[in-house]
Amino acid sequence: MIPQPAPVSPILGKLSLDALPLHEPIVVATFCGVAIGGIGLVAALTYFKLWGYLWKNWFTSVDHKKIGIMYMILGLVMFLRGFADALMMRLQQALAFNGSEGYLNAHHFDQVFTAHGVIMIFFVAMPFVTGLMNYIVPLQIGARDVSFPFLNNFSFWMTTGGAVLVMASLFVGEFAQTGWLAYPPLSGILYSPGVGVDYYLWALQVAGVGTTLSGINLIVTILKLRAPGMSLMKMPVFTWTSLCTNVLIVASFPVLTAALALLGLDRYAHTNFFTNDFGGSAMMYVNLIWIWGHPEVYILILPLFGVFSEVTSTFSGKKLFGYSSMVYATIVITILSYLVWLHHFFTMGSGASVNSFFGITTMVISIPTGAKIFNWLFTMYRGRIRFELPMMWTIAFMLTFAIGGMTGVMLAIPPADFVLHNSLFLIAHFHNVIIGGVLFGLFAAINFWWPKAFGFKLNEFWGKVSFWCWVPGFWLAFLPLYIMGLMGVTRRMRVFDDPSLQIFFVVAALGAALIAAGIGAMLVQFAVSIWKREELKDVTGDPWGGRTLEWATSSPPPEYNFAFTPVIHDLDAWYDMKSRGCERPLTGFKDIHMPSNTGAGVILAGISTLIGFALIWHIWWLVGVSFVALIGGAIFHTFNYNRDFDIPAETVAETEAARTRQLAGA
Amino acid sequence: MPRPRPLSARLRALLTLPAFALLCGCDMVVLNPAGDVARQQGDLVIVSTLLMLLIIVPVMALVVLFAWRYRESNKEATYSPDWDHSTSLELVIWSAPLLIIICLGAITWVSTHLLDPYRPLSRTGPNQPVAANVKPLEVQVVALDWKWLFIYPEQGIATVNEMAAPVGRPIRFRISASSVMNSFYIPALAGQIYAMPAMETPMNAVFDKTGVFQGLSANYSGHGFSKMRFKAHSLDQAGFDAWVAEAKKAGGNLDRAGYLQLERPSEGEPVRRFAGVEAGLFDRVVNMCVQQGKMCMHQMMMLDAQGGTGKAGLHNVHHSEDKTSATGTHMHGGKSFVGELCADQQDVAVGAKPQTARPVKQATLTGAGLKQPSAKPTPIAPSVASETRPRPFS
Repeated sequence: MIPQPAPVSPILGKLSLDALPLHEPIVVATFCGVAIGGIGLVAALTYFKLWGYLWKNWFTSVDHKKIGIMYMILGLVMFLRGFADALMMRLQQALAFNGSEGYLNAHHFDQVFTAHGVIMIFFVAMPFVTGLMNYIVPLQIGARDVSFPFLNNFSFWMTTGGAVLVMASLFVGEFAQTGWLAYPPLSGILYSPGVGVDYYLWALQVAGVGTTLSGINLIVTILKLRAPGMSLMKMPVFTWTSLCTNVLIVASFPVLTAALALLGLDRYAHTNFFTNDFGGSAMMYVNLIWIWGHPEVYILILPLFGVFSEVTSTFSGKKLFGYSSMVYATIVITILSYLVWLHHFFTMGSGASVNSFFGITTMVISIPTGAKIFNWLFTMYRGRIRFELPMMWTIAFMLTFAIGGMTGVMLAIPPADFVLHNSLFLIAHFHNVIIGGVLFGLFAAINFWWPKAFGFKLNEFWGKVSFWCWVPGFWLAFLPLYIMGLMGVTRRMRVFDDPSLQIFFVVAALGAALIAAGIGAMLVQFAVSIWKREELKDVTGDPWGGRTLEWATSSPPPEYNFAFTPVIHDLDAWYDMKSRGCERPLTGFKDIHMPSNTGAGVILAGISTLIGFALIWHIWWLVGVSFVALIGGAIFHTFNYNRDFDIPAETVAETEAARTRQLAGA
Repeated sequence: MPRPRPLSARLRALLTLPAFALLCGCDMVVLNPAGDVARQQGDLVIVSTLLMLLIIVPVMALVVLFAWRYRESNKEATYSPDWDHSTSLELVIWSAPLLIIICLGAITWVSTHLLDPYRPLSRTGPNQPVAANVKPLEVQVVALDWKWLFIYPEQGIATVNEMAAPVGRPIRFRISASSVMNSFYIPALAGQIYAMPAMETPMNAVFDKTGVFQGLSANYSGHGFSKMRFKAHSLDQAGFDAWVAEAKKAGGNLDRAGYLQLERPSEGEPVRRFAGVEAGLFDRVVNMCVQQGKMCMHQMMMLDAQGGTGKAGLHNVHHSEDKTSATGTHMHGGKSFVGELCADQQDVAVGAKPQTARPVKQATLTGAGLKQPSAKPTPIAPSVASETRPRPFS
């Protein structure tokens, strides 16, 4: 079963025609679909002469709003891919009973579940969360852009480069068959001699650069670019949670980079960090990867906690209950998230004292999290709750997440974990918190801030259809998994021999189908809303009766966000301005200093992706050439003095006058 | 605004579903196992759930209640848009979860120590202490690609993909793996623990019901992983004796060469039995020196602890011709290993008997009663028994 190493050509490295998975009909059919769709897209863009527009106004843009939207689009595209993987798994597991092998062989199925995990965490949840922070944070703090606009563009394209490598692995070569964290020794060269793990390594390394840089960028932005008067304790909660998330990113992603670099050295340079023999220890990798991996969970959920705070307070028409306790709870979670990593492997053989320590620290996290839920609850108390879509998602989150949190604490008790670890109960738990927390939060956020980004609300009917498919669909898909976990059924199984389980997998597959309908309804919602954008138009810039600064400007905001930098006197700055009857200034505009667009981000990230590809296939000359090009390109970019420009005061005055007319018409 | 009603109705349906699943007679082996350890673990799942429901149920009920009562259309409800703080409420918010976590934390500390898989059993069931003279049944487990090898040193037999034990007798598993990480899991018995190459993890367990139970690898280990299943038989003493006799009758002897043949990757392997096993085979597996002429890990560590063999050691690195064997490590495009020195000493070390630990008194709940493994490096590793091996992280 251990394949012979493929011959390495000096020109193409390990790459040859054999790398194309022509023997896999499913992959070939997918490729045909993607190729036809891709050719259609390219043809349409060419026909409508949109390439120049895309390049000038989007790809090279350093505007945090456009980059935020591009992150969201990347997340959405990858979400469809990751969800397709989920459907394939559900189908396989619903079929593979009574001696049937299902329709996926081990080589394919093992790639599918690995890709599902990697894509959903790194290329769906991360871009969504980063995109959201990118769009909202500068607006909430009254800034004109992030601190390092070019870096922002570069970070986005690095993340995209990682996603491109993962997608390439579908059609050229293979992806890892190791599970989403690629534990050695299985991911070592001895047991995974193919290029799958290399795709995994370089995709994550390239994307990881982007994530780390964007984390640094947002921390600096929040700390340095707040509007005058906005002290830390007057920051909107979403900005607070974003700050904590980015601190977590900057502190934890280097650990991931280091762990993957060591694994890469094992694979490429035949070192023995994580091998069985010659003094290597795979347990070291497991520790390192989870020292990154557990903070990662909070990186994903914290910004959404911020979203729920904004949504609950806005739609209850009330101040957020317990703002400072909310802030301290977030900080406590940030710190504690570094003290719990070992709960991912209680069963690796640590002593009872170590296991109980990490079990108890894990449980302690539920205290600030519980406090947050109570705070949302008491924000609703004595409010006037409007059940718009963002609020519906928030209520669904509170009910769903409470269960997910409970099962999480159960898993934190080491002896209980000994029977639940690696079981479908665990799978149900983390989907319960990631879907019920991160995804529901994103849907709330998308419905909430869409009018801000595009100037029209989302269609409510299709949004509700999506909601009522998603929420029951989620429970239908994952309740059987909870039950099967208690029946001793474990994860990542391709075939089963106990026929009594089949009904549970069939129910779970039906749940996945219902979720698919929910995703479909959401895409229809977007399409219908764009189609009927005139009817759904919002001219006020503040369609929900918002409380924070982003609602003070027009929808969509002008390139410069705010004609005058606002001065902050209170938490809920915009609500404060409204209640004190502040007037929009209509005269006295000045030139606004803005950063210029640059293609350097696309080019440098493109070269980085090429290095990754060359390393994966051992095309050493290309590695050398593109590495030199990368360094040269970066140096060349430092000589680009065309970095900024001024928006003339007249243009600002015209834009603002147009908004005045719009407001008068409203 | 009628939306909260369907929400709450759906919620109620959801809460009854697990109960319904229990009633419909699914085999919830985790909650209704066949071993004393798993039984206590399953009880913990239930106790912790009930404890947390104390707070989860009121919160969920309040969410639904507030969502309904303070809906926009209900103009009779109080509306206080600027009310955002209450010190007494904050106190409740933080202390209620804290109290629950204090209870759960205490349960966690005690149960983690009592149910530590390293800890020799002190009871086989409620009010059934293990007598001082009872010797646990030792079962050596090796996770291979993709099958399980069980060695019974006391009986001198070995089996593939089938294990058995007499009901009521403490079992002491010594677990390792040949190539990659697996997790040894018999849901009905005592939870799971990782099976890792070049390492040994122990697990103490006991069956309290007879029957045939499912065993499997719970940690993904490669393409043949799904079929890495075996049957675990809990038998009465006579049944176990018969099972051993059957293995004896099967003939065949599992020696080092036979093991190297067996460890080659294969899927869906049928049950196999061996009437005899070469002495010290399991210790050689753990020390990665089943292969002829390969230095055992404990000896390598001893040499390294004494300063290593210096540059001369490089001459002792050999290259394996066998490309399909899973042992050794990849180096310079081939597989290399360190050759053995002083073969005699190595055999003596490997052959050493594992020490048997004495059961610990149940009364000591704090964990202080547990013997701490010594982390001091011993100049000559006399035994590879787990008690003297440092735990991975203690």
